[in-house]
Amino acid sequence: MKTHSTPLTAVPAGKKVRIVSLAGGRGMCARLTSMGLVPGSEIEIVKSGDPGPFIVTAGNCRLAIGTGMAAKIMVRSR
Amino acid sequence: MEAKIALAGNPNSGKTSLFNELTGARQHVGNYPGVTVEKKEGTCVYNGHKMHIVDLPGTYSLTAYSEEEVVARDFLVNEKPDVVIDIVDASNLERNLYLAVQFLEMGVSMCIALNMIDVAKNRGIEIDAEKLSILLGVPVVPTIARTGEGKKDLISAAAKMVQGGKRKGFLEISYGDDLDKAILEMEKEIRANDFLTDTYHARWIALKYLENDKQILLKGQESNPSLSARLEKMVEKVSLHLEKTLNTYPEAMIADQRYGYINSIIKQGVIQQEHGQSRLYMSDKIDKVVTNRFLGPIIMIAILMALYQFTFTYSEAPVGWFESFFGWLGDAASTHLPDGLLKSLVVSGVIDGVGGVLGFVPLIMFMFFGIALLEDSGYLARVAFMLDRVFRIFGLHGSSVMAYIVSGGIAGGCAVPGVMATRTLKSPRERLATLLTVPFMNCGAKLPVFALLIAAFFAENEAEIMLIITLIAWLGALFVAKFLRLTIIKGESSPFVMELPPYRLPTFKGLAIHTWERTWQYIKKAGTVILGISIILWAMMTFPGLPDSRFQEFENMRETVKVAAGTAVIQELEASGEDTEFSQEAQDLKSRLADINSVEAEEGLRNSVAGRMGIALESVSKWAGFDWRTNIALVGGFAAKEVVISALGTAYSLGEVDPEESESLSETLAQTPGWSPLVALSLIIFTIFYAPCFVTVVMIVKESGSWKWGIFSMVFNTALALVLAALVFQVGSAMGILGG
Repeated sequence: MKTHSTPLTAVPAGKKVRIVSLAGGRGMCARLTSMGLVPGSEIEIVKSGDPGPFIVTAGNCRLAIGTGMAAKIMVRSR
Repeated sequence: MEAKIALAGNPNSGKTSLFNELTGARQHVGNYPGVTVEKKEGTCVYNGHKMHIVDLPGTYSLTAYSEEEVVARDFLVNEKPDVVIDIVDASNLERNLYLAVQFLEMGVSMCIALNMIDVAKNRGIEIDAEKLSILLGVPVVPTIARTGEGKKDLISAAAKMVQGGKRKGFLEISYGDDLDKAILEMEKEIRANDFLTDTYHARWIALKYLENDKQILLKGQESNPSLSARLEKMVEKVSLHLEKTLNTYPEAMIADQRYGYINSIIKQGVIQQEHGQSRLYMSDKIDKVVTNRFLGPIIMIAILMALYQFTFTYSEAPVGWFESFFGWLGDAASTHLPDGLLKSLVVSGVIDGVGGVLGFVPLIMFMFFGIALLEDSGYLARVAFMLDRVFRIFGLHGSSVMAYIVSGGIAGGCAVPGVMATRTLKSPRERLATLLTVPFMNCGAKLPVFALLIAAFFAENEAEIMLIITLIAWLGALFVAKFLRLTIIKGESSPFVMELPPYRLPTFKGLAIHTWERTWQYIKKAGTVILGISIILWAMMTFPGLPDSRFQEFENMRETVKVAAGTAVIQELEASGEDTEFSQEAQDLKSRLADINSVEAEEGLRNSVAGRMGIALESVSKWAGFDWRTNIALVGGFAAKEVVISALGTAYSLGEVDPEESESLSETLAQTPGWSPLVALSLIIFTIFYAPCFVTVVMIVKESGSWKWGIFSMVFNTALALVLAALVFQVGSAMGILGG
């Protein structure tokens, strides 16, 4: 079941998705990586970004991600 | 044996709790030399051995992208701690081991505190600590930092490592064929040339070159430019190759392989996870309500209001005790010291000046306690989260919220660390807009000024006024930020990501330590910096004093009154004890003498250096309703905002008629003609917005890299403050509200 990857911003709350790639600069990618947002990892969207940032859970932690950054995280639903 | 132990770990892994548990009250807060990240140190005694413990900044990684990470890394390299205790959140093992692996790659002696095993267990995660220890080759001790469980085992494991001597070697992970080959080649070059190898080992240097690590690259270019260029060439070659074949770059590849290594360990039966559990944990449930788009802001305001209510209500009695104590001290000093300059210095300069600032210690303490409660429970992070959206509208960033809160966004912070906290902002424009607006927050030095004015003029609704002050400060800061972003510092906004820690019940020990730490800072500042400035201001308000001829005129006036009253009355006055009933004549004489003294004191104050300055400023300050005494206080406030109180205290004390009937400053102000609730409000507005204190200006210059912005913050802020205060005062006066 291969679907096209979409930016995180297009995913509604409550969905579980897998990160495909990170499209930001090297600094941003390093930061996301160190916080556990690595391509291949699974995240769940707790709250979508309207209004305010996204909340996602990765592993067992909650991360708040700004809309701008969420647009650069490409995901694919399982 | 004495040992140096460093505590490291991810933010929110329970590092601070563990540090508090290990060191108790034996802590010392400072800064790392040359940088502005807070450095906490403490000691702990184990089996008669003294352990010196340093709390490293919380980091996710050891790159050169953030200052905290560089600080942590430099500490390990330069200070060479005997053991690093890496605190790992057991409920979040995979990500937390990412940092642990990097420590092992560096080759530090490490021992893992597998923290929050209770939380992990509650979530159905069982971890085999022994297996993890064997696979990683380092001791792993399960702990629950909040209760102190496991801390003895942890310290004994660390002590054993110290006695066992330094760990030799380092972890070697395979980063894939291409990179492994490149690393080997680079290592050979590095070793052959002894390139930086006195501080780092060769493989690690190669790794950092591949990761494009700015700090190491810079050091390399300094030490051996030609070799550095050669290494960079090698990195470039392998980067191109990776991009062509795998569409990736070395850094991402290395991170991937680290996670791969971690996974290979975890999958060998280290973690047993029960599946099918509801993902909606307690924190998520709370977040659903607390960050709700409608309920969230209402809850936030309600919490702020509750905090202010709590602070003002419960601190009232102890603040009263402190005031009485300093009143008593002032009385005692005026009775026992001989008349003259020394008495004036001690009573008016020191006790009425610094005492006014110290009198607010209970209030500050209650406020800090409340803020520690919000912080330790995890709520503050939600505030930052909710405000990201609002801040974006005003051209700021979610990370600006934390800088605002550090500066006193809730009340009682400091703009100096606030300005430094803007370093987490990567976009220089957002950062500049933030660091220019954080001084508008209500720092711990402005708080007693507000408390004083509120107590004197708005005693009926203290908490409400405090809430309004907070909202005015935020609105002002946001509009100024927007103005700056639309005019002088235009530019795009940058991405935002932060971790939301789970909600936790704060421990009493943690709250007590955090409250005391900050309160102590306030007391220390009052006893040192504020004391010094108070003495200088006292001198400026005392000298040059009245010319001799004028003094003689007052003497003559006193003599005339005395002669008119007759010797009998004078004798009655001079012989009087504490509770003597005076005759009508003696009372008259007493009050006449007091009147003369009062006129003399005021004339002396007006004639002093500070007095002349205050009077000169009246031509402008009258628009906002401030008299010359207030002007002195406001000018003094540029040195430090607490001085506004101490200078008012000294000014009104020097002009005081009868020192034996000393009242608290707020009572004095409430009774002085020329003061009204409207003037107080105007002064509050001015205090919120006018020039940041000197130390903050220096910090702004340092952080923005230019004097231009330091001067801008002084001139622009003061002009803005004057306009706003004058607006309030003039409109209020015209409408005849608040006694104007």
